[in-house]
Amino acid sequence: MAYTQILIAGFGGQGVLFAGKVLAYKGLEEDKQISWLPSYGPEMRGGTANCSVIISDTPVGSPIVSEPDILIAMNLPSLDKYENSVVSGGKVFIDSFLIDRKITRTDIEAHYVPATKIAREMGLPTLANMVLLGKVIDKTGAVSKEGLKEALAKTVSAKHPELLEANLKAIQAGMEYEE
Amino acid sequence: MAVVFKKPEALTDAPLHYCPGCTHGIIHRLVAEAIDDLGILGRTIGVAPVGCAVMAYDYFSCDMVEAAHGRAPAVATGLKRARPENIVFTYQGDGDLASIGMAETVHAATRNENITVIFVNNAIYGMTGGQMAPTSLPGQVTQTSPYGRDVKTVGYPIKVCELLSALDAPYYIERVAVNNVKNVMSAKKAIKRAFQNQVDGKGFSLIEVVSSCPTNWGMTPEKALKWVETDMIPYYPLGVYRDKSKEAE
Amino acid sequence: MAKVLMKGNEAIAEAAIRAGCRHYFGYPITPQTEVAAYMAKRMPKIGGTFLQAESEISAINMVYGVSSAGLRVMTSSSSPGVSLKQEGISYLAGSDLPALIVNVQRGGPGLGGIQPSQSDYFQATKGGGHGDYHLTVLAPASVQEMADLTVKAFDLADKYRMPAMLLADGTMGQMMEPVELPEDCVHTVEKPWALTGTQGKREHNIINSLYLVPEQLEQKNLERYEKYKTVEQNEVICEEYMLDDADVCVVAFGIAARVSKNAITAARAKGIKAGLIRPVTLWPFPSEIIKKTADKVNGFISVELSMGQMIEDVKLAEECKKPVTLCSRVGGMIPTPEQVLKAIEDMEGGKI
Repeated sequence: MAYTQILIAGFGGQGVLFAGKVLAYKGLEEDKQISWLPSYGPEMRGGTANCSVIISDTPVGSPIVSEPDILIAMNLPSLDKYENSVVSGGKVFIDSFLIDRKITRTDIEAHYVPATKIAREMGLPTLANMVLLGKVIDKTGAVSKEGLKEALAKTVSAKHPELLEANLKAIQAGMEYEE
Repeated sequence: MAVVFKKPEALTDAPLHYCPGCTHGIIHRLVAEAIDDLGILGRTIGVAPVGCAVMAYDYFSCDMVEAAHGRAPAVATGLKRARPENIVFTYQGDGDLASIGMAETVHAATRNENITVIFVNNAIYGMTGGQMAPTSLPGQVTQTSPYGRDVKTVGYPIKVCELLSALDAPYYIERVAVNNVKNVMSAKKAIKRAFQNQVDGKGFSLIEVVSSCPTNWGMTPEKALKWVETDMIPYYPLGVYRDKSKEAE
Repeated sequence: MAKVLMKGNEAIAEAAIRAGCRHYFGYPITPQTEVAAYMAKRMPKIGGTFLQAESEISAINMVYGVSSAGLRVMTSSSSPGVSLKQEGISYLAGSDLPALIVNVQRGGPGLGGIQPSQSDYFQATKGGGHGDYHLTVLAPASVQEMADLTVKAFDLADKYRMPAMLLADGTMGQMMEPVELPEDCVHTVEKPWALTGTQGKREHNIINSLYLVPEQLEQKNLERYEKYKTVEQNEVICEEYMLDDADVCVVAFGIAARVSKNAITAARAKGIKAGLIRPVTLWPFPSEIIKKTADKVNGFISVELSMGQMIEDVKLAEECKKPVTLCSRVGGMIPTPEQVLKAIEDMEGGKI
């Protein structure tokens, strides 16, 4: 029985909560039990943000992820803060364009993706979150690769349908990136 | 036998508890006559304040609710939003409306809430025994201003009509008095107009009634009415402060 | 009906609308503002009222007005704002008016913080404002319950003519979970006491909490407490989790119960028989089940996001039969499953 705890962390404005929502909607589409819990505070941009997502076959207990199976670190402070909390055998996904160090632990698996650089080169500078998410989906099986478009359609604002394709492209780029 | 004088339908048979010489009785009657004249008794809901008129719910024969101190305009807002077809009025004193309930008053006015506010200004807290009100005059002796209201330490009286007419929204604001027959007649006209405005869906109407409190002013009723003339009205000039029906023309 | 992902705050708002509430009054405060935002979007489209009041005090008095008129109505806020509403809540109780007040709690006292808390337990369950009275208090522990208990709260409020409070916390308000929204429900409770205008057909109705004759006021209070007794007999809701063979009983509500479930699972994996009583109604409090459980377990652990408020009711309920310990974090902090597990191990090991 899968019970996957995911922690996404970065600066406000990097799309941390949005990436979590995509996972949550994707999980919902797959009839999983879901919880999505954002950090919340007075800062809207530039502060730190994190988001706990649990995708499970059984009812979700505490929605607070303190020992993630999967950590997505979008900036250095987040990696510094949460690296040690990842469960042994867990996986860390790092935006290696913004974080210039490797992990220090040997009992977890790290994936380094220069997500911000890839996104910029694609002309989608705000979608580093989706690039990194692509790698997560590719390497963890937390959610399936099928039906991503449907999940995205629920997350992307209906006012900007063009963003749907852009998000899909960014996820695809992350999946295909060779480390 | 010909009936030459009778109690308005909008008043119950309950005997009023007001002090001898108090003008609340006159104002109650004017409100009731306005309700009768407009034929709206069956759909009127009144909001009683905390203050001397706290038991107004026993005196008006329409549906009534007793509000917390100062909150009558908020309660009336809820009632009017819930039942727009009903006619909703508040009946409030100076402490209720201009002190503890100032925020509710100003905001109901600026929303142009379609309610009628009857504001009785007698420059004193009557029910609690004669303390200084937000409308007590400079130098006025009360239980809590025993040496006279000192504007240097407690500030000046609040002129509610002037203050509210600085807002863009309210539809109708008038100050009247009930110290003589002529003034009572124009007060009746104003109060009726304030209800008519609501019937017509025009919005917020407030009638300030400059009133007397012989008991707590320490005067005979006759002298109190004279004091209204000589001291109150010069500070609180009577007249129409806002009339949007005129502006529209 | 298909499940949708929703924030807890939004689930409250949508469920309220489906329960027939067409009047909402509020004032912005974190972490419940999504309720107001949702209402601001929806109400104008369905002929309802959303009004951002000038203060919490005004908002609760607008609620008082609508309730006097006999219609379903609600307000929502977070801890400091709910303190401001206490005057109006006391008047609602004293006038026997139904209404829903939502408190998405944050840390206190004073301005406190904006992170989750359960430190308004006393305020919610013991009355809160002046005078003798109770609210029915419902404590959701999931987004699904944020919706379901909103409907339940309206029903209880109408049934017993008393205000109801949904006592949530910042986590419940902010988190998203799949939720199956309730169907639209038509409420049919007769309200002959409501202010509708006499229409010339009846004596005037009066909504009032003033009784200057002490004998009358005493009588009113006694009658109200008779009603409360009925509520206590009929309306207790609580969840029992792995309780049947438990040696250690955790008592927790809301987010603390969610954390405790993780700890209980972990304890069971270690061979410790732990179980949970989760009060869903905080008033009326599930005293009976706690009293019965006291005969079977070694002790109780009250897990709370407060300095120990519910623990007093747990102690009263179990009548000193077994030890009761407190496991808590405050100020916006949340106990971890490990912390709760340690409290369970301490009790099992006889360390207390």
